[in-house]
Amino acid sequence: MTKTHTPIERAGITSRQLILILITAMALVPGYLMVTGSLKTQEEFLNSPWSLPMNPNFQGYAAAWNDQFPTWFKNTLFVTLSAVLLTISLAATAAWGFANWKWKGRDTFLGILISLMVVPPVVLLIPLFTLGAKLGWISTFRMLILVYVGLMLPFSIYLLTNFFRAIPVSLIEAAKIDGASDLRTFRSVVLPLSGPPLITLTIVNLLWVWNELLLALVFLQSDEKKSLMVGITGFQSRYSLSIPTIMAGMTIATLPLVIIYIFGQRHFIAGLTAGSTKGE
Amino acid sequence: MIKTAPSEYRVTAPRNLGAVFGRVRTSGPFLWILPAGLCVLFIFGYSVFDLVQQSFKYQGDWVGFENFSLVLTDPLFRTAIFHNFLLLFTVPILAVMSFTCAVLLFETRKGMKFYRSAVFLPYILPIPVIGVVFGQLLQLNGALNSALRAMGFESLALDWLGDPKQALWTMSGIIIWKEVGFGTILILARLISIPLETMEAARIDGAGFFRLHLQVTLPQLRAVILFYIINESIVMVSWVFNYVYVMTNGQGGPGNATVVSELYIYRSAFQNNAPELAATAALLLLLATLVFIIGFFRIQRNMSKGVFDD
Repeated sequence: MTKTHTPIERAGITSRQLILILITAMALVPGYLMVTGSLKTQEEFLNSPWSLPMNPNFQGYAAAWNDQFPTWFKNTLFVTLSAVLLTISLAATAAWGFANWKWKGRDTFLGILISLMVVPPVVLLIPLFTLGAKLGWISTFRMLILVYVGLMLPFSIYLLTNFFRAIPVSLIEAAKIDGASDLRTFRSVVLPLSGPPLITLTIVNLLWVWNELLLALVFLQSDEKKSLMVGITGFQSRYSLSIPTIMAGMTIATLPLVIIYIFGQRHFIAGLTAGSTKGE
Repeated sequence: MIKTAPSEYRVTAPRNLGAVFGRVRTSGPFLWILPAGLCVLFIFGYSVFDLVQQSFKYQGDWVGFENFSLVLTDPLFRTAIFHNFLLLFTVPILAVMSFTCAVLLFETRKGMKFYRSAVFLPYILPIPVIGVVFGQLLQLNGALNSALRAMGFESLALDWLGDPKQALWTMSGIIIWKEVGFGTILILARLISIPLETMEAARIDGAGFFRLHLQVTLPQLRAVILFYIINESIVMVSWVFNYVYVMTNGQGGPGNATVVSELYIYRSAFQNNAPELAATAALLLLLATLVFIIGFFRIQRNMSKGVFDD
C-alpha cells in the first residue's frame, strides 16, 4: 500500500477522494441547512439560506420548546423505553428456547419468524385498529407498545438466537454438570456473555421506535398522547411562516438520535449487518 | 406429566420420541418461547386472519369478491400501485451507488471513519425530519433553487415538489439519499471480511482499479447485494408511507402524483371511512410483498445454514 504510485494511479486516488468528499457533502447538506437555519431569523434564512448564522438567534428553539414539544418528547420517551425493554426481555428468553434445545420443526419455525421481519406494518394496521377501537384502547400507550413489541420481536429473536448458538457448548455443559437449572444457566452464563448483542439490539430498536410514524399516527390520536414524530409532522404547517422555528423543532427531535448514533455507531452497524451476513 | 415420566418409559419408547421427551423433561423450550410466541402470533396471526375476513365483508355481511373488484377497478388504486412500481426503479440505482460508495470507502485509508459516519448518517435520521427539511430545501424559492440560480443554472431550478411531472422523481431522489447509506455499510462490512489475498493476487497480476473491483470483488459480494436488493424492493413496495405522508401533508399531492399503495390504504380507512376497501388493498399488498418475502426467506436460509447445521 505504501509503495510509490505512478502519476496515473495518483490521479485515480485523488479523483476517488474528491468523489468521496462530494458524496459526504451531499449527505451532510440537509443537516447543515437544518442546524444553521434553526439559528437564523426568517429574513436571514430567506435571503441567504446557505450562509453561516452570524448572529445566532435562539428564538426558534424557544418557540418550538414552548409548543407541545415537552409533552411529545415525554410520550415518545415512555413508549420507546417500555417497548424496547419489553422486546429485549421477551426476545432473550425466546431466543434461549430456540438456541438451547433442538426440537422438531424448530428451523421451520425460526424461518417463518425471520420472514415476518419484512411484513409491512400497513398490512397489520386495519385489523389492529379495529380491535383497538373495540377494546377502547385507541390513544392508549399500551396498545401502541404491544404493536411495537410484536413488530420488533422477529428480528430481535433472530439476532439473539444466532448469538446464543455461537456460545461454546462446553460452557453451558459445565454449568449443567454443576447442577445449574436452565434458568440459572441462562442468568449466570448466557446473559453475562451477551452484552454486545443486547446493546446492539437496544440501539437498533430504539432508533426504530423513535422514528416510527404510521402506527403512532393511527394509535395515538388525542393531542396530549401524540408522539414526537406525529407532532413534528403537524408542526410544519402550523409554523409555515417561521422556518427557523420549524428547523429548531427538527433539530430537537433529531438530537437524541445523533447522540445515540455517535456513541453506539459500532453496535448499530453490527446490528444492521447481522441480518445479512451471519453464518457466511 | 412429561416431567415425571419414569426412566423406563424412555427405554421402551421409540427412539425419536425418547429423544424429544428426554429434552422436554428438563423444563423444555416451550415455556421460554411462549410469551414472545403469543405476542407474535397475536400481532401477525390475528391481524392476517382478521384482514382476510374484513376484505370479504361489507358492514358485517359477506360480499364475496365485491371489495376486490371495487379496489382493482379503482383508478386511484391503480395509480398508487403504478407509483410503487416506478419506485422500484430506484433499486438498481441504489445497488450501484452503494457498491461504488463501499468500494471507495474501502480503498480510502485516510479519514475513512469520518466518511463512513457521514455517508451513513442519513439512514438514522427520522423520515419526518428528512421530509420537513427537504420540503423546505426544495421549495420553488428554496435553498436548492437559489443556489442553482446563483450558479447560473436558471433552467434547472424546477418546482421540485409542486409540479406533478417530477414530484415522484424528487421523492425517489430523497429515498435514494436516505437508503444509500444502509447499502454502503452492508456491502462495506462484507467487503472488509473478504480475504485480502485474492485482491492482492489480482493486483500483482496487473488488474487496475476498475477491473479489480468489477471482476474480483463484485462476484464475492453477490449474496449481500442480492439481500440489499430484495430488502430495498420491499421498502419501495410497502415502506414509503412516511416520505409521502410528511411531504404532502397526507394527501399524496400534487394531485395524485405521489399516491402510493400505503397511502391509499391509510386514506381509505381514516379519511374516506371505507375500512373494508383498505383491508382488501392491504391484503393485496401483502400478497405482492409475499413474493419478495419468499425470496428474502430463501436467502436468509442459505445464509444461516452454517449456523443451524448441527
